[in-house]
Amino acid sequence: MTSPARAGRQTATSDEARASVQAEASSAQSAPAEPVDVSATYADSNVPALLDELDSQLVGLKPVKDRVREIASLLLIARLRERVGLETERPTLHMSFTGRAGTGKTTVAMRMATILHHLGYIRKGHLVVATRDDLVGQYVGHTAPKTKEVLKKAMGGVLFIDEAYYLYRPENERDYGQEAIEMLLTVMENNRDDIVVVLAGYKERMETFFHSNPGFHSRVAHHLDFPDYSVDELMAIADLMLEHQHYRLDDDARQAFREYLERRIPQPHFANARSVRNALDRAKLRQASRLVRNGGLVTSDELARIDESDVRQSRLFNEPPPPSPPPTQGTSAARV
Amino acid sequence: MRITQGTFSYLPDFTDDQIEAQVQYCLDNGWPLLIEYTDDPHPRNILWEMWGMPMFDIKDPTAIMLELNACRKTLPRHYIRISGYDRSLGRASTMLSIIVNRPPEEPGFHLEREGGPDRQMRYTLRSYAADKPSGERYQ
Repeated sequence: MTSPARAGRQTATSDEARASVQAEASSAQSAPAEPVDVSATYADSNVPALLDELDSQLVGLKPVKDRVREIASLLLIARLRERVGLETERPTLHMSFTGRAGTGKTTVAMRMATILHHLGYIRKGHLVVATRDDLVGQYVGHTAPKTKEVLKKAMGGVLFIDEAYYLYRPENERDYGQEAIEMLLTVMENNRDDIVVVLAGYKERMETFFHSNPGFHSRVAHHLDFPDYSVDELMAIADLMLEHQHYRLDDDARQAFREYLERRIPQPHFANARSVRNALDRAKLRQASRLVRNGGLVTSDELARIDESDVRQSRLFNEPPPPSPPPTQGTSAARV
Repeated sequence: MRITQGTFSYLPDFTDDQIEAQVQYCLDNGWPLLIEYTDDPHPRNILWEMWGMPMFDIKDPTAIMLELNACRKTLPRHYIRISGYDRSLGRASTMLSIIVNRPPEEPGFHLEREGGPDRQMRYTLRSYAADKPSGERYQ
């Protein structure tokens, strides 16, 4: 592998490094260490701005935001401890995000990558999204290179595995998913410095997955559960989305949209924020055809405004109203 | 005889940190990297065996170093080089190629002189290592 001379040089440098670390550590213990300014380091790290952005751009999700804050503080303190010479073990940051569709798992993962990058935990701060198809091959010997390829792309960043439980198929004992799981576990353990793995999926199925793969459970330090959005939060999300696209709902349309959401939530395949986006996209479609149909002169305000009829044309309003009492949050049975 | 081919070949062998820095330079320029190996370092043997596929879309040098170390582990006594390739239109060429592993002993080359009519002289290079069949060289 390496020439003896080179190997010798490496041992020498690592010895020196260890000696200097020890020297630093002992000096920190003997002399009263110089105080370090927590708030200044915090302000310098660009993280407050990122956390504020997270607060303003993501509606609700309080438990998740709190957890992200905690992780940010932990990393900041780890950094300060390193500076004063206290030996600090690198915290394990593999995470699992559980929650229903459209609750913001991917978005938070993306923000998480940026925050970890600014705190110096990962070197590049990019997010690689993978599903079973990207990791598991179709024939013998196909899986390892595929998984390796994805892992290599994610080095220095965050690997986000969506619907991770599909990797494990207990009903087929010759399934190649197991091979991918084993490779993932090795890399999660040996390359902790290079990669952060985030596993995401529905809560119940993730729990089964962790239960049947205890190796994963012990290597994932943070379990974040994404709650469903309330109607108010979904309205706030709709406003935020429309604001970005320079549209707005007028007052009647807002009321109609709220009614729409109340009808939509108990229906099957409701996907929180994603359903809101799709509903708004359809409303924009109807607004456009209404404007074209009417013709004539329009003001810029007219171009931005979505009115009640655009929302009310949804097929949901043709169906009988939901049974009373109107459920604000669908039960899990209604949505699976 | 120490083989000198490619970039920086007249400098002492790079340490892993230095190699990583070079890899980072390639990635910063958007050049995909590939790892190749051979046990026949004849200067005209330019097509070496490839270690896996060329590595596209890599963001961090650790991934390349991981592959390189796997290759070194499998082929500790081969020549291994790492190349950065610029695929942009108008360039499409190898931009950087460093030998990152070499056998502990390099026997060098034999210069063969062949006399022809009218005192003409033809020269041929033959690697001593290549006398043995492939796979048994540099044991």
